[in-house]
Amino acid sequence: MPPNDVFLPDSELAVVRKSLPHDSAPRHVTGTAAYIDDIREPAGTLHVAPGYAPITAGRITALDLEAVRSSPGVVAVMTAGDIPGANDISPKLVGDDPALAGDVIRFHGQVVFIVVAETRDQARRAAKKAKFATIAETPVIDVDQATETVLPDYAFLRGDPETGLAASPYRFSDSFRIGGQEHFYLEGQISLAIPGEAGEMFVHASTQHPSEVQHLVAHALHLPTSAVTVEIRRMGGAFGGKESQASQWAVLAALAAWKTKAPCKLRLDRDDDMIMTGKRHDFRVDYRAGYDDDGVLHAVDVAFNARCGHSEDLSMGVVDRTMFHADNSYFYPEVRVLARRFRTNTCSNTAFRGFGGPQGMVFAERMMDQIAYRLGKDPLDVRKANFYRGGGRDRTPFGQQVTDNLLPELVGELEITSDYRARRAEIAAWNEKSRILKRGLALTPVKFGISFTLMPLNQAGALVHLYRDGSVHLNHGGTEMGQGLFLKVAQVVAEEFGVDMGKVAITATRTDKVPNTSPTAASSGTDLNAMAALAACTEIKGRLLTFIDQKWRVRRDQVKFRDNRVFLGNQSISLAELAEAAYAERIQLSSAGYYKTPVIAWNRDKAEGRPFYYFAYGASCSEVTIDTMTGEMKVDRVDVLHDVGKSLNPAIDIGQIEGGFVQGMGWLTTEELVWDGQGRLRTHAPSTYKIPTASDIPEHFKVDLFQSDGARENTIYRSKAVGEPPLMLPISVFCAIANAIASLNPGVTPPLDAPATPEAIMKAVRGIRAGAP
Amino acid sequence: MRETIRFVRRGQIVEIANIDPMTMLLDHLRLSEGATGTKEGCGEGDCGACTVAIGRVRNGKVAYEAVNACIQLLGMVDGAEIVAVEDLADGEVLHPIQQAMVEKHASQCGFCTPGFVMSLFSLYHSTEGPVTRGEVNDCIAGNLCRCTGYRPIVEAALSALEGARSDKFRAGNADTAGILEFLADDRDLFIGDEERFFAAPASIDGLAALYAQHPTAVIVAGATDVGLWITKQLRDLPKIIHLGRVPGLDRIEDTGRELLIGAAATYAQVEPYMRSIDPDLGELFRRIGSKQVRASGTVGGNVANGSPIGDTPPALIALGASMELQRGERSRVLPVEDFYIDYGKQNRASGEFVTGLMVPRLRPDQHFRCYKVTKRFDQDISAVMGAFRFTLDEDGVIREVRIAYGGMAGIPKRAKGAEAALNGAGIRDSQAWSAAFAALRADFSPLDDHRASAHYRAETAHALLGKALLEVAGTSTRRTRLVGQREDLVHAAE
Repeated sequence: MPPNDVFLPDSELAVVRKSLPHDSAPRHVTGTAAYIDDIREPAGTLHVAPGYAPITAGRITALDLEAVRSSPGVVAVMTAGDIPGANDISPKLVGDDPALAGDVIRFHGQVVFIVVAETRDQARRAAKKAKFATIAETPVIDVDQATETVLPDYAFLRGDPETGLAASPYRFSDSFRIGGQEHFYLEGQISLAIPGEAGEMFVHASTQHPSEVQHLVAHALHLPTSAVTVEIRRMGGAFGGKESQASQWAVLAALAAWKTKAPCKLRLDRDDDMIMTGKRHDFRVDYRAGYDDDGVLHAVDVAFNARCGHSEDLSMGVVDRTMFHADNSYFYPEVRVLARRFRTNTCSNTAFRGFGGPQGMVFAERMMDQIAYRLGKDPLDVRKANFYRGGGRDRTPFGQQVTDNLLPELVGELEITSDYRARRAEIAAWNEKSRILKRGLALTPVKFGISFTLMPLNQAGALVHLYRDGSVHLNHGGTEMGQGLFLKVAQVVAEEFGVDMGKVAITATRTDKVPNTSPTAASSGTDLNAMAALAACTEIKGRLLTFIDQKWRVRRDQVKFRDNRVFLGNQSISLAELAEAAYAERIQLSSAGYYKTPVIAWNRDKAEGRPFYYFAYGASCSEVTIDTMTGEMKVDRVDVLHDVGKSLNPAIDIGQIEGGFVQGMGWLTTEELVWDGQGRLRTHAPSTYKIPTASDIPEHFKVDLFQSDGARENTIYRSKAVGEPPLMLPISVFCAIANAIASLNPGVTPPLDAPATPEAIMKAVRGIRAGAP
Repeated sequence: MRETIRFVRRGQIVEIANIDPMTMLLDHLRLSEGATGTKEGCGEGDCGACTVAIGRVRNGKVAYEAVNACIQLLGMVDGAEIVAVEDLADGEVLHPIQQAMVEKHASQCGFCTPGFVMSLFSLYHSTEGPVTRGEVNDCIAGNLCRCTGYRPIVEAALSALEGARSDKFRAGNADTAGILEFLADDRDLFIGDEERFFAAPASIDGLAALYAQHPTAVIVAGATDVGLWITKQLRDLPKIIHLGRVPGLDRIEDTGRELLIGAAATYAQVEPYMRSIDPDLGELFRRIGSKQVRASGTVGGNVANGSPIGDTPPALIALGASMELQRGERSRVLPVEDFYIDYGKQNRASGEFVTGLMVPRLRPDQHFRCYKVTKRFDQDISAVMGAFRFTLDEDGVIREVRIAYGGMAGIPKRAKGAEAALNGAGIRDSQAWSAAFAALRADFSPLDDHRASAHYRAETAHALLGKALLEVAGTSTRRTRLVGQREDLVHAAE
């Protein structure tokens, strides 16, 4: 653990806290940043395409692959029986998710065989030629139909919510739906596997979790982990979709490479990618709430019914996080939070930015709105009345004390800067006079817990080399998916050695440089990896300082690394000169750094402990207009105030906040996943699945960083994680839509489901006009 | 006859003899050239990661348009300059668009970035001086970014497009135009053999003769739909005839009473003419596909394709447009609405092709409205699209109304019952409105699909007729529409 005073004061920082552009930006804009499909293929590279059965659930009774084998360019065809090792791509190796399905089909799109051909086009065309004889069963498509679960039910319980509800002055029960979300990373799933001379395998995989890909490839090929190396320089987006679900494609490419002894590349077609890979979990939320005249909650009883898909995948952690955030920012005195994880015949739902948390928060915010509408209060006042605060109202339903709550201050500031109260009045007056168009306004908070709730993942490693010419090589276990992790960690390293960013070589993530890594997920990338890199730098610098003391008789507190120089009292030398001198004296100039998050502990069986190192906070205020004849909607204005502690790179952080906001807004508005009655996904391409585009962003889209003294905990330069929390800020858009609808019938809560498509808005408009509860 | 395709890359003429007819420009760039800056995101022209600029000579100068390389057949770029993202920087000096993207933090994962750069490069060359946020949004509506939330990209565009244009393409424009003019010839293009070919006849007679000889060939104008038959349905299209070299087939003539639109005229070419008929038509065309799609796709193709969800047929039907078809040397004219018989079935004989459209302008006593309802405002296929033309007399009596919808049946179709209920009634006659709404329910039985339920479609068709009636009866679009700018646009046009 680096001690607290390891960080220089802000006034002395040369690189950290600077809004440097993304390290790859000049290569992004010139098309020279290489993604896996851009790597020059080794001679003789073959291409892999997956094939799947025409049913959603049932059995394959006969599979005729003759036409596939004889299709032009085909080199090999593989089925489950051809796998030398384990046919299992489940993250925990529980055996419920085969790389290639045998005769049992559990969702439409489940891969049954792969074709290896000379070109990708040949492989794709051949894959269409399989002839299946099948016995179809009636698929279980959604949670209403499901009875089987992928994991046992799990609950947080405090007090006696049943009695609490009965004793509350007011209470209601309700149910609504929250849709899933396709990741729509622009670069689809891809892996390139290259066999080695002694049976080992080198895999370029577009993955957030190279170590897991390494393990699963090793298992599938029946190799020791050490015989598999996975590398990833950058992904073209991931968002959780390449945490567990990049593995299958790497395993299949590796199987093809093992079989053909040739390099093999598998790049999924976009439609296949959307059909075959999991998405954000969708939910039906059933709940009851009891409250008083002030809108203060007395008791909450909520059941989250999650569609997990055909296998467990990451549904334990994801749906746990729904439960961890079912309170969002509010104290629930007597509470039960129950989660059910239903098995369905659909793709296996997985990690997606927010990791279940967003669904929990949407519930909390809907409940706040509902209390406000029933009492005729401003929803913001009800929210404030329920914020965590002292006086025994600071314990989450899972028992962690909220000690770093910034929301009263942060929300108060945004309320003023967004001119919330005046706009509220102006909108109410406007709506009185407008028959067809209605406007809505909402200000919602976010409190997001930072740390993996699976405790072992809260560790990281890094590898730093100082070369004799003063240049620095940086490597760590985190992966770059666009979030600027490589840049932020490099800023920390450059600061440590006092050199320009150009002196720090940012290198691809590889399992043979830093082993046993955690996925780059849970917003933890910088918190963990920058600390590990810092530890490596501290170690190298420690040796150098000892050396300086011996050679020049300058005490370590008289030495400064800055301006590409090393200042030794009154004189200075270049870092290269120091490195060369240290080398000559046989000082090791390389170090592996390691970090584990302190303090945290979580016992899931007992549901007790402190799972989160700290919370990140934010709030946003959104205004919308809806058309009550067609359900069309327009976002008119957005103001965001978000807490990133003290930022390592404000430009990168603002980019995460804006991008997260728009992604979350898409989830709650235009992005709709539709399965037909046979369980086939109908929205499997951008022509039918609509993520936001430029004109969906309001001209007034103002994002500010909340100014503070930084994280209360000893995080890297007192910064806070920023990857996921902003995704939940646009719940204010959803609530603003509900607010606009609510103007049609005061006192009634709009029965609005997410996503609020035009059709969903019209359904809520009809519902509220009919006086729904 | 020419048996090679020729185009310009980085100032050099490239000539290729053997191509499969289905070869896409993107595959040529990535697989043959090894120019991997251009990305494949979706393979269906919807995400824009594969955007490149195509330069063609217009009025003596090279004009650049952004297209989706993933669904652009290589043969279609014959005679053009292809500019990809790697070509923009001048040595180590970034292009102004690229420089602004770096400075404004407009890339995160970077995978969509080349496409944005190329769309904005095209805007850089098709405008002078500052552009509006609306123009930028429209320019990049066909480029999806999942990381940034677009704000920094828009800011980069506004900043790079603030001042005078000066890049090496501007400087070298005359030279490139010279090369392209040198390449322009009037020979038929035919690559392949009788069984498998890509052909681009250079005359209408040549086209008619070739299609009569090969009636199973697929006629391609912009390939914005046919491209997907190849990349997504993996169909084998051995014979492809491209309309792009037939002189005059992309002509647009304005007689003052009507527009004559050639079958190969793109949406982009037609858009300003449509806007001159009515601002709603201009906005409808602006919202069809994306800039890339509108640079390639044609109104003729949209009509001939027969899709029940195409946006132009309902508008053309409401306007009373007709179309011309040709087979061999014989041609005929029919109203657009009569072309559609049933889902997937059109009034078109084997070997017959669409040559053009005749679109009447509005008379002073005619009032047009159209509405496109989608999940996402830009670049989305309509759940319901409604088009309305009211002919009113001086007393506000509806002399004739034409109402057509897309997305409400297996074909674009008129609402005959609703029309009958309104014909002869006063525009403010609420009883006639009610009768029309009731008749509308009987006019259609829409389908349930991933874009919308049957119920929502029926409800929205009703709502759109209601809006049209309200607006024509005098309610401002500021009260009826989320983007209620029609009055401003009408005022500006006058």
